[in-house]
Amino acid sequence: MSRILVIAEHDGSTLNASIAKTVACAAQIENAEIDVLVLADAAGPIAAEAASLASVSRVLTIESESNAHPLAALLAPQIVAAAQNYTHVFGPSTTFGKDLMPRVAALLGVNQISDIMSVAGSHEFKRPIYAGNVVVTLSAPADVIVVATVRTASYKAVATGNSAPIESISVDADLPTHTRFVDAQAGSSDRPDLQTAAVVVAGGRALGSVENFDLIYTLADKLGAGVGASRAAVDAGYVANELQVGQTGKIIAPDLYIAIGISGAIQHLTGIKDAGTIVAINKDEEAPIFEVADIGLAGDLFTVVPELTEALG
Amino acid sequence: MDKILVGLKRVVDYNVRVRVKSDGSGVETDGVKMSINPFDEIALEEALRIKESGGASEIVVVSVGTSEAQQQLRTGLAMGADRAILITTDDAPDVLSCARALLEIVNREDPGLVIVGKQAIDDDNAQTGQMLAALWGRPQATCASKIELDGDKAIITREIDVGMERIEIDLPAVVTADLRLNEPRYVKLPDIMKAKKKPLDEIAFAELGVEAGPQIAHSSYEPPSERDKGVMVDDVQGLVTSLKDRGLL
Ligand SMILES: Cc1cc2nc3c(=O)[nH]c(=O)nc-3n(C[C@H](O)[C@H](O)[C@H](O)COP(=O)(O)OP(=O)(O)OC[C@H]3O[C@@H](n4cnc5c(N)ncnc54)[C@H](O)[C@@H]3O)c2cc1C
Ligand SMILES: Nc1ncnc2c1ncn2[C@@H]1O[C@H](COP(=O)(O)O)[C@@H](O)[C@H]1O
Repeated sequence: MSRILVIAEHDGSTLNASIAKTVACAAQIENAEIDVLVLADAAGPIAAEAASLASVSRVLTIESESNAHPLAALLAPQIVAAAQNYTHVFGPSTTFGKDLMPRVAALLGVNQISDIMSVAGSHEFKRPIYAGNVVVTLSAPADVIVVATVRTASYKAVATGNSAPIESISVDADLPTHTRFVDAQAGSSDRPDLQTAAVVVAGGRALGSVENFDLIYTLADKLGAGVGASRAAVDAGYVANELQVGQTGKIIAPDLYIAIGISGAIQHLTGIKDAGTIVAINKDEEAPIFEVADIGLAGDLFTVVPELTEALG
Repeated sequence: MDKILVGLKRVVDYNVRVRVKSDGSGVETDGVKMSINPFDEIALEEALRIKESGGASEIVVVSVGTSEAQQQLRTGLAMGADRAILITTDDAPDVLSCARALLEIVNREDPGLVIVGKQAIDDDNAQTGQMLAALWGRPQATCASKIELDGDKAIITREIDVGMERIEIDLPAVVTADLRLNEPRYVKLPDIMKAKKKPLDEIAFAELGVEAGPQIAHSSYEPPSERDKGVMVDDVQGLVTSLKDRGLL
């Protein structure tokens, strides 16, 4: 039997949507018992959310003021202590999980698997490398703990409605004082979250300015969509960094992705491979984005996008 | 501080579309253009800027790889690094072993700061910096878009999923470079000549006495599943109809 510990990502009050997907991956391992570990200042509502996820056996909480912000250097030793009786420790391959899980693995003296995209057995997994150009099958040794991150775009969230027991635990771990949280600046937006939105409208370098990016926002708002961008648009300062989609930004899987003025570099495409339908609007008929688009429209975005927004009424 | 150590990995250039070998045993890298991992150029650029503003006195670049990684280290020296260390090994070590080897160099060199890339674009692991920090027992600041040094501390601005975060860390520490930390400089021809005279030491991986981590076996490589070929529509009306047909509007 596999005993899997999933590390909960949260913002201090709600569970991150990536966790229901991480649990979905864990649940693909046969004969697995899945516990979720919530490290927080006050775990209450977060633990309750985790307990509602299907396939979860137990929710464990470690509450302390030092867990108010997710600092890997402080969380890792506690996770190592809590992971002793587990065969697997999983986290989401979000910035949180990518920051944390290698530190956990190194403290446990094992290698870590990044971005599990499918489960072939309790110790056999597939993951993408080379910006998604290659898929490799990995087998982890059976005699040591498996530490991994889960590529959340490859999984659908498990259902809710469960009521797993919640237990507060304490661990014996030395917490360093060398790392301190200062502050965080969250991009304020009423739009759906890029990583969970069913529809995403994304703009690229072709938008040309902060002002022109309003075309993207207006269309997104018509569709109730989240907004994304290419690296070029972020680097040029048209939008904030958290909107970047791709190899080094966010990997997303909306039902509908509309790429506007984006050429379709491999680094961008790897972020949208799992989208249900990809629409591309680009004035260059030869743009590589058309090779992956389900629906392509060759045209100037400055006429096409306002027309489309209009047509949606 | 005295010294900044920068990790440089030799990787397939980001413009190359890699292919799986026909027998599925690996990735075709013969005759393919190799470069410094783009994030490592950013890491090195940051170290150079810190040195140029008086924040450090020596920049050491280090690579774990085959002797061919000399090329990338020479490029690093041409960018402005003072010294290079190549830890030679014929087979690519696992990340934990690589981090252990880097720790050996850290122990020998005693840097005030280690900067590596946020991820290597070949394996897309995004692990080495965090593992090194853990083994070293020092702070880590991943995905840095700004480094502000302040004596024996630093404030690091990190790119996180919801925006930006700032953390304060004591030095020494490991920082991993994100895309927007800086824009790396171009190497000039005279610098390439000068770099030939800079020291590049080679140490055999085996001589470091590093214990190999528990190995994860790579059993097969395959191309990703392709998306089906789509349709082109002529105008906005066609697009709207097509979206409606798919039940997306
Ligand atoms: C290490 C590394 C990591 C990277 N990570 C990422 C990543 O995570 N995400 C990412 O997106 N990129 C990433 N990149 C960058 C990537 O290689 C491309 O440079 C980038 O995606 C290009 O963005 P773009 O398509 O907006 O710009 P461009 O490639 O310049 O494309 C602009 C497109 O707009 C079209 N266009 C111009 N004017 C109009 C108009 N009026 N109407 C319609 N179309 C028009 C053009 O035909 C063109 O196709 C990375 C690169 C490196 C080296
Ligand atoms: N073989 C290596 N030699 C030197 N530095 C490396 C090596 N492997 C990884 N690194 C550093 O660690 C960063 C993250 O790599 P990775 O964890 O493989 O994604 C890279 O950007 C490099 O700076």
